[in-house]
Amino acid sequence: MITTNNLSKKYANNLVLHIEALEIPKGQSFGLVGNNGAGKTTYFSLLLDLIQPTTGYIKSNEIQVNESEDWKPFTSAFIDESFLIGYLTAEEYFYFIGELRGQNKADVDKLVSQFEDFFHGEILGQKKYLRDLSKGNQKKAGIVAALIGNPEVIILDEPFANLDPTTQIRLKGIIKDLAEKQGVTVLISSHDLMHVTDVCERIVVLDKGEVVKDLKTSEATLKELEAHFSN
Amino acid sequence: MIKRFLSLEWKSFLRSASFGKSLGIKIFMGFLALYFILVFLGMGLLLYPGIKEIYPDKDPLPIVNSLLFYWILFDLVLRFFFQKLPVMSVKPLLTLPIKRSQVVNFVLGKSALSFFNFLPLFAIVPFGVTLIVKDYSVGPVLVWMFALVLIVLIINFLNFIIESLSAETELSFLPIILLTGGLYALNHFNIISFNEIFGNGFNAIYQSPILVLGLIGLLVLVYWFNFKLLRQKLFLDSGLKTKLKEVNASNLEWTKNFGDIAPFMQLDLKLIWRNKRTKSSVWMLAIGLLYGLFFYPQPTYQGLPWFFVFIGVFSTGIFLINFGQFIPAWDSGYYKLLMSQNIKYEQYLKSKFTLMAVSVIILFVLGIPYVFFGWKILLAHFAAAIYNIGVNTHVILYGGSFNRKKIDLSQKAAFNYQGTGAVQWLIGIPLLILPMGLFALFYFLIGFEIACLILAVLGIIGIVFHQKLMKAITAKYLQSKYKMISAFDQNN
Repeated sequence: MITTNNLSKKYANNLVLHIEALEIPKGQSFGLVGNNGAGKTTYFSLLLDLIQPTTGYIKSNEIQVNESEDWKPFTSAFIDESFLIGYLTAEEYFYFIGELRGQNKADVDKLVSQFEDFFHGEILGQKKYLRDLSKGNQKKAGIVAALIGNPEVIILDEPFANLDPTTQIRLKGIIKDLAEKQGVTVLISSHDLMHVTDVCERIVVLDKGEVVKDLKTSEATLKELEAHFSN
Repeated sequence: MIKRFLSLEWKSFLRSASFGKSLGIKIFMGFLALYFILVFLGMGLLLYPGIKEIYPDKDPLPIVNSLLFYWILFDLVLRFFFQKLPVMSVKPLLTLPIKRSQVVNFVLGKSALSFFNFLPLFAIVPFGVTLIVKDYSVGPVLVWMFALVLIVLIINFLNFIIESLSAETELSFLPIILLTGGLYALNHFNIISFNEIFGNGFNAIYQSPILVLGLIGLLVLVYWFNFKLLRQKLFLDSGLKTKLKEVNASNLEWTKNFGDIAPFMQLDLKLIWRNKRTKSSVWMLAIGLLYGLFFYPQPTYQGLPWFFVFIGVFSTGIFLINFGQFIPAWDSGYYKLLMSQNIKYEQYLKSKFTLMAVSVIILFVLGIPYVFFGWKILLAHFAAAIYNIGVNTHVILYGGSFNRKKIDLSQKAAFNYQGTGAVQWLIGIPLLILPMGLFALFYFLIGFEIACLILAVLGIIGIVFHQKLMKAITAKYLQSKYKMISAFDQNN
């Protein structure tokens, strides 16, 4: 589904990301871990064509993302709060995203209604603008908005940060369900090793822009990751 | 500590993403400032001989004193629109071991160094020196000059009080207009003769300098009031609204008539209506519309047909200028979202274009009553409206692709009341001067009707080539996509 080839990103002379080759098959739940500055967000930004690669390319479903925009209809993402439109209510935001993705209000309502327990009654029908919600609630709205319109690739940067424990557990359920039952390719990054190992079939460790580990998740993975990060 | 604050300010100026652009603007502002300095200098030098020539047997000083009231009113209005309290991002400082009062004092002190406060000196000092040369006694003249400086500072701080109080209201400029207008009217109709009161006051200060202590007291009072106001705002939760207004979500179904740009139209309309800063540009419409009334009733302007076009472009294009110049920065807060969504750039831009074009048409229609002042005015406005739709909209959209400055719609920066200053008005100049120049050229070469026709034809050419122009503009936006994303990602 997603092919990365000889990808690198340099700022001035500082190489922040260099991935020789990385193949993410369709329907995989893919986790990216690494310390600050490892290149996780850079990789996601490249994948969304928000920054230009210095060399190489990423192909999503055979479409090179920095040359054509045809990957947009089947890709969605929530990277940070700048993906929210502060002066809309959550519903209006969902409808707006829905409209961009060719979904009518009924479609959006139907999808969103599945997440009522995830929202915990704090998002819908609040008559509040998104900018007035708490950080955690903003995040919930952003994550659900990324699920609108049956995307085939979903990218979530640090989805677990800022969420309360109950919501974290629910989110894990949602992500697992997407990959296993609906064949969606989910890419997440996280600093929480436990969560990623719980959710992802495959975990790639980035360090200073390079892939240093590529693990298929098993019983031993968490231990291995902990060992890696403790020295 | 002040040294540290200054170095912070300097760094935020040098290191901001829009540094290059704002440098250009600053140079232009520098020239503008130089111009005003010369004007004031000339005024200060010529005031004494001028008054002597008109009233040879009167003492110029009381005459100047009696005019001070008007100057104070005028200065207050001008400052309200053009001078903003210096912005400083205080949030990171709050948890550091810095006294809150120090931060406030720094911000207020910095505001005292504003150009607005130095400008009057260029008139006051030469006039005072002339007085001394003309054998007025030195001591009282110096005190009189000192009193004027105090007045300048009082106006400075009074302005911030007015701004901060009226920032809470929706029509933020209404209080100042009512206040100054009211004072002016009271004076004009001789109900309370403020200019005499002020004049007598300054005469009294000249006669018995000890009275200047009253002004010092007033200055301390306004400073203290400002201090209190700002100190209150120096808490994190002061940024939070105390009452969250319930949102009434309207679905704006009628925008569906505009076809595929409907979602963006809805978004833009909500953007305008739900953010204080954009909302104020809606109220500017009223000013733009009524702008002609300042000029047309005066016979002087009836003889200047080329000036009609200036008013025409301004009054039909005020929304275009106000809103258009910050495209796409209005959407800077969520620009990354738009860029990764399934949207066509062209639709996004077309929505903005439609909004601006519709505003021009509406403003033109509302301005039809100007025909009362002559059919030529209507004709000129009509030509200007077509020019606005065909040329200025495209120019301003194109200019937007050079936009690198983020707009924080939520205005989290403390002290940022309205977010607009003098710079906002500069960008309108080419949009206004160019058509006026063209019109004037053909008006003097050939005639009024032909000049109107030329402007209208230029507009029509723009409308005919709309699709092509939009394609070119879209390409330009795509080209600068990455630069815009990274610039909008930065604060400041």
